[in-house]
Amino acid sequence: MTEPARKWIGAAVPRMEDAALLTGNARFIDDLEPVAGIRHAAILRASHPHARIRRIDLEKARAHPGVIGVVAAAEVTALIGPIPSAVRAAMAYYPIAVDKVRYVGEPVAVVVAIDRYVAEDALELIEVDYEPLSAVVDPEAAAGADAALLHEAHKSNLAQSRTFHYGDPDGAFAAADAVFKAHCRYPRYSSTPMETYGLVAHFERAPDRYTVWSNFQGPFILHALMCGSLKIQGNRLRLITAPHSGGSFGIKQALYPYIVLMAAVSRLVGAPVKWIEDRLEHLMGSSAAADRAGSVEGAFTRDGILTGLRFHNLVNVGAYVRAPEPASVYRMHASSNGCYKVRNIFIQNDLVVTNKCPVGLNRGYGGPQFYFALERLMEIAARGLGLDIVEIRRRNMLEKSQFPYISPGGSHYDSGDYLAGLDETLRLADYEALKRRRDEARAAGRLYGIGIAAGIEPSGSNMAYVTLAQTVEERAKAGAKSGALGVATISIDPSGAVTVRTASTPAGQGHQTVAAQVVADALGLRPQDITVVSEIDTLTSAWSLASGNYANRFASIVITAISQAAERVADKLKAIAADELEVAPEDVELADGTARVVGVPEKAMPVRRVATSTHWNPAGLPQGIAPGIYESVVMSPEMLGSPDEEDRVASSVTYGYVCDLVAIDIDPATGRVTVDKYVSVHDVGNELNPLIVAGQVHGGFAHGIGGAMLEELVYDADGNFQSGTFADYLCPTAPELPKLTVGRVRTPSPTNPLGSKGMGDGSSMLTPAALANAVADAVGSDEVELPLTLNRVWDIAHGRRHERAGAPRARIGAGPQAAAKPGGLVGEGTVELAAPPAQVWALLLDPKTLASIVPGCERLDLVGPDRFVAAVTIGVAAIKGSYQAEIAIADKREPASMRMIGKAAGALGHGAGEGRVRLEPTATGGTRLSYSYSANVGGKVAAVGQRMLGTVARVLIAQFFKGLERRIEPEATAEKRSMWRRLFGGGDA
Amino acid sequence: MIRVKPDERVRVSLVVNGRWLFGHAEPRMLLSDFLRHELKLFGTHVGCEHGVCGACTVEIDGRATRSCLRYAVQCDGATIRTVEGLAVGDTLTPLQAAFNRHHALQCGFCTAGILMSTTAFLAENPKPTEAEVRDMLSGHICRCTGYEQIVSAIMDVAHGGG
Amino acid sequence: MKPVAFGYARAETVEEAIDLLAEEGREASVIAGGLSLGAMLNMRLVRPRIVLDINRVPGLDTIVAANGVVTTGALVRQVDAFRDPTIASHVPLLAHALPHVGHYQTRSRGTLGGSVAHADPSAEIPLALVTLGGAVVLRAKGRTRRVPAADFFLGVLTTAREENELLVALEWPTRRPRTVYAFDEIAQRHGDFAIAAVAVAAEVVPDGTLGHLALGLGGIEDRPIRIETAGYAGRRADASLAEAIAEDAASRVVPIVDLQANADYRRQLVRVLGRRVLAAAFEDAVRGA
Ligand code: FES
Ligand code: FES
Repeated sequence: MTEPARKWIGAAVPRMEDAALLTGNARFIDDLEPVAGIRHAAILRASHPHARIRRIDLEKARAHPGVIGVVAAAEVTALIGPIPSAVRAAMAYYPIAVDKVRYVGEPVAVVVAIDRYVAEDALELIEVDYEPLSAVVDPEAAAGADAALLHEAHKSNLAQSRTFHYGDPDGAFAAADAVFKAHCRYPRYSSTPMETYGLVAHFERAPDRYTVWSNFQGPFILHALMCGSLKIQGNRLRLITAPHSGGSFGIKQALYPYIVLMAAVSRLVGAPVKWIEDRLEHLMGSSAAADRAGSVEGAFTRDGILTGLRFHNLVNVGAYVRAPEPASVYRMHASSNGCYKVRNIFIQNDLVVTNKCPVGLNRGYGGPQFYFALERLMEIAARGLGLDIVEIRRRNMLEKSQFPYISPGGSHYDSGDYLAGLDETLRLADYEALKRRRDEARAAGRLYGIGIAAGIEPSGSNMAYVTLAQTVEERAKAGAKSGALGVATISIDPSGAVTVRTASTPAGQGHQTVAAQVVADALGLRPQDITVVSEIDTLTSAWSLASGNYANRFASIVITAISQAAERVADKLKAIAADELEVAPEDVELADGTARVVGVPEKAMPVRRVATSTHWNPAGLPQGIAPGIYESVVMSPEMLGSPDEEDRVASSVTYGYVCDLVAIDIDPATGRVTVDKYVSVHDVGNELNPLIVAGQVHGGFAHGIGGAMLEELVYDADGNFQSGTFADYLCPTAPELPKLTVGRVRTPSPTNPLGSKGMGDGSSMLTPAALANAVADAVGSDEVELPLTLNRVWDIAHGRRHERAGAPRARIGAGPQAAAKPGGLVGEGTVELAAPPAQVWALLLDPKTLASIVPGCERLDLVGPDRFVAAVTIGVAAIKGSYQAEIAIADKREPASMRMIGKAAGALGHGAGEGRVRLEPTATGGTRLSYSYSANVGGKVAAVGQRMLGTVARVLIAQFFKGLERRIEPEATAEKRSMWRRLFGGGDA
Repeated sequence: MIRVKPDERVRVSLVVNGRWLFGHAEPRMLLSDFLRHELKLFGTHVGCEHGVCGACTVEIDGRATRSCLRYAVQCDGATIRTVEGLAVGDTLTPLQAAFNRHHALQCGFCTAGILMSTTAFLAENPKPTEAEVRDMLSGHICRCTGYEQIVSAIMDVAHGGG
Repeated sequence: MKPVAFGYARAETVEEAIDLLAEEGREASVIAGGLSLGAMLNMRLVRPRIVLDINRVPGLDTIVAANGVVTTGALVRQVDAFRDPTIASHVPLLAHALPHVGHYQTRSRGTLGGSVAHADPSAEIPLALVTLGGAVVLRAKGRTRRVPAADFFLGVLTTAREENELLVALEWPTRRPRTVYAFDEIAQRHGDFAIAAVAVAAEVVPDGTLGHLALGLGGIEDRPIRIETAGYAGRRADASLAEAIAEDAASRVVPIVDLQANADYRRQLVRVLGRRVLAAAFEDAVRGA
């Protein structure tokens, strides 16, 4: 048999997908009306990070004109059960809050109405009576004994802890010449695809079946979980993906709880339901990469040879361990040596739940966090050992001769030439010149730094790696799991046209074009002759657990299934043609649209005719050839076995390689980081389409830059979510992307006939570590945390502890200090009043006075000793909201000091805080009143109006004291309304 | 003075891609929703509905602007161009063709907005510098491409062969 | 993310608009470009009974220079102001500030008046107006008043505009002789709201000493502010003076805090950006003097 000529594979073929996308002709989920009679859903989401739901009243919403139905947990849980998890912990996860809310954004109720506008109107009519509970967001605090408990039944926020030993880590550390440690806190961010989640759920009777159209990306192993929750068998949940998906990067995996929720809602309200997530919902309530804390230690010889590693990964999974979590911490697990030779590894993985949104797949899936730890460690060790950052890596990287290589954790590294990649990086960067530039810059007093990060890029995940979260015994009990099925079907219809079905649900990765290139080569056709269908319909497509689009699986697994199916079709075509042409099948080649005799090109017939004969003339086919052409391949790469008794597993199929080097210049005055040079060298095996590979490299780099420099899903210490808009959650735009020099090395993968490796995560995993290393080098400090925003870098560069806005700081001694939690609002000030302290004291405790000076107060009642309730309307410009407030006075030391504690809740949000007030007599018989306050604000105002909160709080406090002053000396303050500005113009905060 | 009550649906007529079209809208209906769900022009996409991402950018009366920050009632009588109005028949505009050649789109969700901005921008500034192009693009978020190929496609169209 | 139901009124004249404001008062939201209001409406932060559209009021989009003042109508779009030769020659500070305002796609629609009425503490146009000592022209039924910019901005999103008033125009003092105008800002990303913005109008008299100086800061306090600098007149306009003034300004501000920057950092930006912008302006001015 002759090798098919490779005409298309490897060529920079412009994408077939583009024409529809460029002309507005492509259809995404919100463009579809797949059934008649669609109604529109909106979700009421928790505004509290942690609260018991005392009561939900849906009646007003139900009565609202245009509303079809309103449901909450009581209705939904009558239909569905919890969604199963690989981690056995008493932390039942439902797609709607049951009894308690555990993160801001958790679904509480669903309204279905004639349109989205009306549905949102009705959301405002739902009354939820919350009993707020204290919350915890920090993974280290969450594991503590006195932390607020999320799941009472589990009795701890530590969902799971597992330890692993590979080789002899204790021996390695005992024998080490030097041990270095990197503390790693990694922030939470998300790839925020431009298209949000969307679905249409339709429940039909006879047979009872749910059909859901969506932009879900897989993995379709979650189909089984959805069916489990819906308590149905698989063929009663039909999932259909939209023809186009507006980006995913893993994030759209976590759409699945909403599929379950809306399927149930459709059944409950008796109508097909469309739900399109909005951006606010997406940022607060979809998914994200897990934030982590923890550390990594390395045992080194004095020559810089890494002999042992100890990882302690503290993973913040959010409020629930939502499947497929905890996979993110196991994705790199079997490759915990990275690209290095080290064989003694200890790993402790602790999963904690906190009052944050549950996490899931996100570009790099565990890679960015892993490399941040490992590559920071290498840099710290290099400095500690007095070695060049390149040299320490050179001494530890696996060598070309070692491949294929089985890592300590059981990964089958297929191929690689890491040192060649390192050298190529240095060459492209002109490393020596950069070092000279650094010397010059430093001599001139500038902050210049160089950082490297290198690692492997595993692709095509073994579905079984997540079972490492279970003990050997648990795994044995649950039954062995392994593999990653790739599925492809190729058919040729009676007109002779070729259709390929990949069930790969791309979101922009060009699967259709690449599949067409592969099939075109196999069948001697042109890509444009071939139609590729990449979406899934679970009732009509061939698919399996691993189907979907994640873990770079296309070029590592799916492509193999496509090639194998194409080979089968080619063999069949050749057999038929050989019969016609009266030669042996191995003498036939498929090229230029013909089946022809090798070496005798004029002896040929069109492929099309060969193919159509299988439909039109089955009787004329040679012996043993079945009619029609319809070849399905279902395969699983054979090395992907079950985890063994030593917790080793071949967790991926192909192992690409990425080496990043970056040189930066920091403006010490502003903290601005300017990238002077950025080089990224990739080994993706054989490139199937260089255009697409380049696109993935640049795209992954942009996510890496975003994560390193800008992006963070921010919560305050009370769990209030603060980055709810694209003005607060900062994605990089075109001017933020530095020039990227891309280099290549190429070691074809032996795992598939095309030699390709999965790719796409690439730089998203290494860029954050490389930039952090460069900044650490520039400022000479290892206290580097992400994102490297202007303020943070300036703080680091000046040896300050970076505190985010609103965090408490020691201030000038004027006022008493109030303790605020990080991310809260704080302030203080002083005001001179004309009345003596005793009189001021009395006024502050008098309900009538309070009613007249609390800003926006409509009513205020004394409800107990020193306790008041009030109705207030607070407005800043046109942003107005009504709140119920409670105020209590404590720690009274008449007439010198007191503490005022307050909280308020309303439609736009809620807040809690306290102030300390101190009264001192002045020489002129008046009072010098000094105050300090701290408050935390949650709900919508915090999520979308964070920029304004601090100032609004100040305005309100100022109004309060202005009111007090007016009570004391009415005429003096009857001035224009900018008065308080002068009053508080200086010295206060 | 024209006054419309909150729950009143009024007829909004406008020229879209060279045709007089009309639909109905309450005052609060976003132009982006009107284009998509009333006029069924789904080529315009919505990524944030608060004016930051640029996905919804269309040309209104000759200017590229956010359609999520406009209400349909405001646009009665307006002339609008959307991504559906760029190509003539099967012929892509040079900009669209360059996007294809340079692989300037992946998922394509941001693309319509970027094409509309860039089309208007190049009409005003046919030979921009790369910095000017990046400045113009800063009003868009693309999560897939890293912008590199978008910039090269635009520079190619503007300067040829670039 | 859809707005609450609101009514819509499209004014054809200023009189119609102010009649409606007289009637509806605080229940009405005026929409010009809609770049800020639209987002707040869509998020349901703002819930007006009626949205008053002034975009089709004729005559509000003019730019007129007379008697040492350039008057820009409320509806002048940011992009048009930027391209306008009168602005370029008579109000250079505004021309310098405009490229920092939003993005290509928002400047095309956003108005000068809308930005001032919205009063974001970081916004560039209000800062330019305050620095130049301009004024805001407000009309209500039966009266028109001019509010100096320094008194107009009261705090975050809060202005001296009364509920029944329509912002109809801005008044920009035209450029002064021997004066150099400079503007710069630092934002996390290109086109973001400034963490700190500095606007300068610096007059240097022929002997190289400082004459009149206006130093405005945006993004630092809850409204654009002007720093008192009268005491520096007569000193040699050089880098060390720039530094002294910036230090002084930094010591006097009471910075706001938000997710992007804490107070210390904002104060630092006043120091460094202030020094850089002032020094560059002095240098230019000395060269011209
Ligand atoms: S949808 Fe309009 S700017 Fe994002
Ligand atoms: S191509 Fe996907 S967001 Fe731009």
